[in-house]
Amino acid sequence: MTENVNPSPSVSRLPKLTYRVWAVWRRNFDVFMKKWHVNFLPSLIEPILYLLAFGFGLGTFVTQIEGVSYIQWIAPGLVAITVMYGGFFECTYASFVRMYYQRTFDAIIATPINVEEVIAGELLWGATRATFNSAIVLAVVAVFGLISTPWFLLMLPVAFFGGLMFAALGMCFTALAPNIDFFNYPTFLLITPMFLISNTFIPLASFPSPLQTIAVAALPLTHVTDLSRVLIVGKIETLGGLSPEWLLFLAVFWIAIVTVLLFALSIYLMKRKLIK
Amino acid sequence: MFSSESLIKAHDLTKKFGSFTAVDHINFEVHKGECVGFLGPNGAGKTTTVRMIYCFSPVTEGELTVAGMNVSTHSREIKRMVGVAPQEDNLDPDFTVIKNLQVYARYFDIPKAEAAKQAMELLKFFQLEEKQTKAIDELSTGMKRRLIIARALINQPQILLLDEPTTGLDPQGRHIVWDEIRSLLKQEVTIILTTHYMDEAAALCDRVFIVDNGKVIETGVPQKLIKEHVGEDVLEVPFNEVILNALKKELPEADIEIFGDQIRVFVNRHGVFERIIKKFPGVNMTIRNANLEDVFLKLTGRKLRE
Repeated sequence: MTENVNPSPSVSRLPKLTYRVWAVWRRNFDVFMKKWHVNFLPSLIEPILYLLAFGFGLGTFVTQIEGVSYIQWIAPGLVAITVMYGGFFECTYASFVRMYYQRTFDAIIATPINVEEVIAGELLWGATRATFNSAIVLAVVAVFGLISTPWFLLMLPVAFFGGLMFAALGMCFTALAPNIDFFNYPTFLLITPMFLISNTFIPLASFPSPLQTIAVAALPLTHVTDLSRVLIVGKIETLGGLSPEWLLFLAVFWIAIVTVLLFALSIYLMKRKLIK
Repeated sequence: MFSSESLIKAHDLTKKFGSFTAVDHINFEVHKGECVGFLGPNGAGKTTTVRMIYCFSPVTEGELTVAGMNVSTHSREIKRMVGVAPQEDNLDPDFTVIKNLQVYARYFDIPKAEAAKQAMELLKFFQLEEKQTKAIDELSTGMKRRLIIARALINQPQILLLDEPTTGLDPQGRHIVWDEIRSLLKQEVTIILTTHYMDEAAALCDRVFIVDNGKVIETGVPQKLIKEHVGEDVLEVPFNEVILNALKKELPEADIEIFGDQIRVFVNRHGVFERIIKKFPGVNMTIRNANLEDVFLKLTGRKLRE
């Protein structure tokens, strides 16, 4: 008999992405805009609380770090953390709810949009969320008078690509998560440690040097913080034997390469999960 | 009615999940304008077959074409001409009724103005006009089901796939959905529906495929299948060893199935049951019309709704 070979739409092929990604992004944007005032609230309140508590509170004990006041030093950290949270949480908890509880992905996949485009749309939305949130935090930081260079506007594209990186990282966990409680693992084993040691509230230089090496080599947030600090405060200090120029060069390439890899990996893992 | 042009063709279509074969080398054709039903118990492979038709599940073996296009290579083209009403509720709870249709239209690249017009017409047709600004949570199960079918029609599909369209609905809700499906059939939409309700298949389908364990075990026009396999009538008797043996002796050519606490007797001749009832006065016996469920029971020896 004739053996029919099915060119199976398998997991291995490169993603086929078209403009249709936009329809997925737009769906999430429409939902976001329905309650924009609620959605913007955390990004507005959180940095104010941190600046008051850490900047003014702790700042009376810690007077200067790397030649600037403590409140000035942590401001870029707050923006970087916002990028991380925006991308990561949008593509873990929020994407998981859409995928598992609402079956929104299944509904979209029954239209001319394919799985890859659904996931790419989710990732770009995660990046957008990170950008929106960062813009608000930047505004708060500006109101506090903590911005020293006009280059801070470049923080918006950095937030988008950094957000995309964290979105893709989150999406990999979403593809592996058997249930929503699973996200406690990456949140507390990866996100919270980064929150604390990636040069955000505490200078990385004060940690033991193996930890410094790990933070620079393996933690994505460190690179976002470096870029954020140079764009807001205007300078960063030598770290782990790398000069500021090298650190910034490394940050850009690190984020670019890791974003591309995680983008492809998360789509691969999600296809494996969704196509049955 | 329908033309002989076949719109969907499956040849040795097979779907395996690991070592489990959900659909096992099935062959079928669906003609343009036809309403065909896949009839079988849960786990028979109905939903899996439907999912392969709309390119959701990749085909493991065999060939499946829709409008001459292979599902493995032309998923976008196929999905553009197919409407899918899945079994589970996957309406978008983040949007209102009308916005659900509009957002879904966007997935098909339907221009905004056209989508709005189309959405209103569909809501009118499915009697959901008054609910257009309501949240999905506020709809009854029956309304949700109708909205899912409405949504499946937003791209004016040539083929409509209805996966258990009335499961979980009350009798009234079922009849509303049935009426709407009948109106759609007049508009020359080709419909494939899966169901485990015999009466639904008999009421709506031009042809049924009876499936069990991933195989098509019988196919044909519902009324013909009933006549062929179980005759016009069925005799039902409460289970009793003595009566069972008496019936077996009395009707050696009959098919007698024991079914829970009931004996069911199938005979292809007329007037036999009246004679039997007279012969066993005092025994509670009933004659009723045979239905597709009897066909299924006869073919598989198993109850369908399990």
